[in-house]
Amino acid sequence: MDQLLQHILNALILGGTYALLGIGLTLIFGIMRVVNFTHGELYTFGAYMMFMFVMPLQTNFFLALILAVVLGMALGAIIEVVLLKPLRGADIDTTMLIMIGAWIAMQNMEQFVWSGIAKSIDNPFPVEPLVIGAISVSWIRIFVFVVACALIVGTSALIRWTKLGKAMRATFQDTETAALMGIRINSVYIATFAIGSGLAAAAGALLGPIFVVYPTMGDLAALKSFAIVILGGLGSVGGAAIGGFILAMMEELGAGYISSGYRDAMGFLLIIVILLFRPTGLFAQKERIG
Amino acid sequence: MARKPTQQIVLTVDQLTIRFGGLTAVDSMTFDVHEGEVLSLIGPNGAGKTTAFNAITGYLKPSSGNIAYQGTSLVGLKPNQIAELGVVRTFQKTSVFGGETAFHNVLMGLHRQLKQKPWQIIFGLPSVAAEERAMRNKAREVLEFVGLGARANELGNALPYGEQRLLEVAIALAARPSLLLLDEPVSGMNPSETSSFMKLLGEIRKLGITVLLVEHDMKMVMGVSDRVVVLNYGSIIANGSPAEIQKNPDVIRAYLGERHRKTQAKSKGKKRA
Amino acid sequence: MNRRLIEFGVVLFFASVPFWLGNLYYLHILITTGIFIIAAMSLNLLLGYTGQLSLGHVAFFGIGAYTSALISIGFDLELTDTYTFVFEPKPVWFSFLCGIAFAAICGWLIGKISFKVRGAYFVIVTISFAEVVRLVALNWIDLTEGPMALNNIPPFTLGIPGLWELTFFKKEPNYWLVLALCVVSFVIVRRLVQSRAGRAMIALRENESLATSVGVDVTKYLVLATVISAGMAGAAGGLYTHYIRIVDPDVFLFIYTVTMVIMVITGGKGTLLGPIVGGLIFGILPEALRGLAGPEVQWVIYGILMILVVYFLPGGIVPALSNWWRQREDNQSTSSPGDAAPGTAS
Repeated sequence: MDQLLQHILNALILGGTYALLGIGLTLIFGIMRVVNFTHGELYTFGAYMMFMFVMPLQTNFFLALILAVVLGMALGAIIEVVLLKPLRGADIDTTMLIMIGAWIAMQNMEQFVWSGIAKSIDNPFPVEPLVIGAISVSWIRIFVFVVACALIVGTSALIRWTKLGKAMRATFQDTETAALMGIRINSVYIATFAIGSGLAAAAGALLGPIFVVYPTMGDLAALKSFAIVILGGLGSVGGAAIGGFILAMMEELGAGYISSGYRDAMGFLLIIVILLFRPTGLFAQKERIG
Repeated sequence: MARKPTQQIVLTVDQLTIRFGGLTAVDSMTFDVHEGEVLSLIGPNGAGKTTAFNAITGYLKPSSGNIAYQGTSLVGLKPNQIAELGVVRTFQKTSVFGGETAFHNVLMGLHRQLKQKPWQIIFGLPSVAAEERAMRNKAREVLEFVGLGARANELGNALPYGEQRLLEVAIALAARPSLLLLDEPVSGMNPSETSSFMKLLGEIRKLGITVLLVEHDMKMVMGVSDRVVVLNYGSIIANGSPAEIQKNPDVIRAYLGERHRKTQAKSKGKKRA
Repeated sequence: MNRRLIEFGVVLFFASVPFWLGNLYYLHILITTGIFIIAAMSLNLLLGYTGQLSLGHVAFFGIGAYTSALISIGFDLELTDTYTFVFEPKPVWFSFLCGIAFAAICGWLIGKISFKVRGAYFVIVTISFAEVVRLVALNWIDLTEGPMALNNIPPFTLGIPGLWELTFFKKEPNYWLVLALCVVSFVIVRRLVQSRAGRAMIALRENESLATSVGVDVTKYLVLATVISAGMAGAAGGLYTHYIRIVDPDVFLFIYTVTMVIMVITGGKGTLLGPIVGGLIFGILPEALRGLAGPEVQWVIYGILMILVVYFLPGGIVPALSNWWRQREDNQSTSSPGDAAPGTAS
């Protein structure tokens, strides 16, 4: 029983960052109809920025986190303007190929700049974990969970209540009508891509200090984001948040009770099963076939 | 060769109803198509003509009612299965295989007439080559038939609009229909193209193909149809010969109303601009 | 007739390479390039002709490789504590065919599952599938030896057992074998795309609702394309495994799929020659660049190259060249309306 509780707690904490990844990807897909293969690289980028600020530059940990997210957003905006803006109106396959090219280029740039050796990041939290009964959890994980939840809530609030959020939702519903109503679609797209990228960078910057940082870490993160997004339904933000927690739960329980080697396979098995029985995902409102 | 329409019923549409959410697009529509005739479905915009077409050809599932072709129910069949029965359609929005030549467009339309199996293709059996040769000739014949013989090597989306519409008909004809559904085939054509299309329709008829036509061009409808069914707001308001339809007061009212609305809409549009 | 002659000449030229190349390392590069060309041709069938992007294509390659390796070296599986299933080694030609068949079966399965939905979903399902298979290869150590890799895989043999046998230890026979299978794959793809089946695939790529309106069963042809494509990729995997003679879970790495995609896109998707041209470029380019740039820098270049190709040469190299050629001919003489090659610019 204690073991189960421990697994559930771990899953909750991991699920927060998974949800960030999923929301970032699903926002971009839902609004822009772009399958963003650079998502994992923004995650990696966030982790490396965290490393760079905290380790060689000795910046304050919390400031480093903010900087990593802001830089992630900036990088996302650059990708949008340079790669996607000239391709407005192109079909989804074309943008997909562009994004694959960008993925490969970015990953290898990271490899070139940082070398292939895994790096770890120090954190300012006490080493002694918080122990409640038989369950223990480290302080850094609690911090990560709290920040992730805050970002999820913040993003939802932004979409629901701000002017930008309204413009994003209008674009999601119907791009042409939104444009006719005077919404500047280009700005919405840039903002969307920046926010999505910022969330991925945040996930990387948060998980970097818990695990280690290496150039190909984004591959698995990207693939898991896809799993989460499919689980929640392409384009559904709430679905992606819940999907993130479900995937984390399955991984934790799968690793704990089946085999740790197949931990990362859970998400993919889930995708295949879901597409078999409910192709539009668990929470999609409308039929969305990309 | 030209056959007179018989009283033999080939297509029955019985109490067909289609709803989108709360909106009823087609409301218990009932009509028959007789073998060899040209039947036109007319009505103001939004009357449910294309919706009915989509239901007959399997692109939409009816909410209730039945559709049967030569005794076989079409409800629940996929579009390609319906095509296998000889019911072939064209689309309201111009629809060709844009990246392929006109010749290949028609070859693709011939799909149903070819017998070759994947394994025979992979092993390159001579029967496959013979069939291909025969089909290439057939494709050329079909292109000649619709008057696109000289355009064989042009890409579908490089053809002028009127010829794309002809190519669409060629693709449908290549699928060897016994019932051909044409969805506004002359919309966007100029008057001379329209009149040559009317001649083509006569030729198609001579092949013994039954035609169900949706069209806005009244001159064409009255000129080619044996019977006309008039729809308004999803229901049938008249059914009869062109002469009868032209005199029917309900039809006149529906169309005048439509024209009235249209002129209003136009003047509004002008104001906005 | 002229065309036949040119094709024959090209094959003859490639067949003569081992006689004058005089460098076994270069021959090795050509062999691996040839294997990748087969894989790229198989990807092209899906990506180019049906328009479906399979980003897990390496799974079929790896499945072919592992299946053929395991059947040729034999394996045993402890099914229960008391019963162990022992599989005796089988001849390589048999294992090779099994690899193709098993990859094709997996293709059928994936096709059945994922063509309920298409586009982005198909892409993600195929990636997931490849990742699951990689993890199985990594973790099912009883069967696959996991990261320790399967070693001592027998090479191809030719002849009648006991009477006369030629074992392909040397590079030359392997080269010819790969060349022969390149030709076979090319011919299969060409026959396919110039037939009813291939036209159905192209039709649904160009305009799906129009294709169904003339009787094309979309799912059937998508699944058929996936099965044939997977089988061909499996054949490439089998060739690889019996040539390199060692196979580990890294054959499932995503980067190999990306390599195939880059080959197809650059060469020209939906053309017969595209994967060959793209395959030769990206098979040989890494060697040419080896002294100049490290692997990371090379991959950065390839990624950027892919983006540039999609921007500026969206059809790829082959269509661009054939357009240029056609224009030149048009300028020289007024063209006569003959039979253009069906469905393709090749």
